[in-house]
Amino acid sequence: MFFDTFILLANTTAEAGFLQKLNNPDGLNLGDIIATVTMFLLLMLLLKKFAWGPLMGVMDQRAEMIATEIEAAEKSRLESQSLLEEQRNLLKEARNDAQAIVENAREQGESQREEIVIAARNEVARLKEEAALEIASEKEKAVAAVREEFVSLSVLAASKVLGKELSEEDNRALIEETIAKAGDAQ
Amino acid sequence: MDHENPLWTIFGITFNLSNVMMVFITCVIVFLIAILATRNLNVKPTGMQNFFEWIMDFVKGIIKSNMDWKTGGRFHVLGITLILFLFVSNVLGLPFAVVWKGELWWKSPTADPMITMTLAVMVITLTQYYGLKAKGAKGYGKDYLQPLGFLLPLNIVGEVASTMTLGLRLYGNIYAGEILIGLLAGLATSGVLGFIGAIVPSIAWMGFSIFVGGIQSFIFVMLTMVYMSNKVRTD
Repeated sequence: MFFDTFILLANTTAEAGFLQKLNNPDGLNLGDIIATVTMFLLLMLLLKKFAWGPLMGVMDQRAEMIATEIEAAEKSRLESQSLLEEQRNLLKEARNDAQAIVENAREQGESQREEIVIAARNEVARLKEEAALEIASEKEKAVAAVREEFVSLSVLAASKVLGKELSEEDNRALIEETIAKAGDAQ
Repeated sequence: MDHENPLWTIFGITFNLSNVMMVFITCVIVFLIAILATRNLNVKPTGMQNFFEWIMDFVKGIIKSNMDWKTGGRFHVLGITLILFLFVSNVLGLPFAVVWKGELWWKSPTADPMITMTLAVMVITLTQYYGLKAKGAKGYGKDYLQPLGFLLPLNIVGEVASTMTLGLRLYGNIYAGEILIGLLAGLATSGVLGFIGAIVPSIAWMGFSIFVGGIQSFIFVMLTMVYMSNKVRTD
């Protein structure tokens, strides 16, 4: 019946009463066309206003959010990478520093040891020398004292010999006594 | 199978009230789906919003496969409305057909050639309009002389043919589906044996009809965008 209508239309377009033919109850209903188009367009407008518009907005918002998130992630990744690099450098530096400090300390210790040994050696030498000197001076002093004693004794003995006229025996006794005295004194 | 249509004439214009009612119901259902789907919009989608976004992306994919999104973006709403409207229309007639006083009231609106042809003519008219807008009268007219001048009549026939095929393909598919469902229903009501015999094919055909309804709505939108891109393309 639909094709019939088309054929009918083709034959009767020029005729009068076109609308009546178009509204042939057996075929084309103009009212349906109007109603369908109207309702479809209305539906489209409503969908656009109530569904498509807001949803598109949300989807755009999401796309934007994703884009910014990706950007932020990229940024933070770069940042963390640079931080990591920095930390690594710092660590390396610290390790180098530590090594240098240890090396330094060892060197210092070595040199100090050397110094101490040398100082000790010098001290010992000095002490030895001092002791030798002291011994020598003591010895000299002792010798001088003995000599002095001896001289004074000799003088005493002589004065005693000279001051008193004594017999040979007395003389002898005197000398011996003096010598004994001297020996006591010694 | 031949039911009368509830006709109503006012001011010399005849309405098929069944068609008007079914188109209206379809519109209401589509609108309700859309409203329900977009009631609580979140940047992180849930439930129905996912479904509607899937439809949007699906139509977007159809458009993108035919043209640049920059030129095709404005047809997005048209595509979404068409695909939802057609799918709901196609499956609306599946569960039952209501005949009242010998007049068929409840059916798929797309099982009526008036409605499918109306949609097809509307779509083709829109393609002509956007073609004219995009290329200007000269470029638009030139397209009819492509690839060679003497093909002008063929090109004009082609426009008419694409309108016809667009509308009649949809009509044929859905109408055939409804007829078969009607036959199976008739078989089921013929007796106990008929009922038993009709169960399996009925269910199978119903499932297949849903599939056909989806495919046909997809094809309609796809062809709409193909025709549109043919008219709008400027390369």
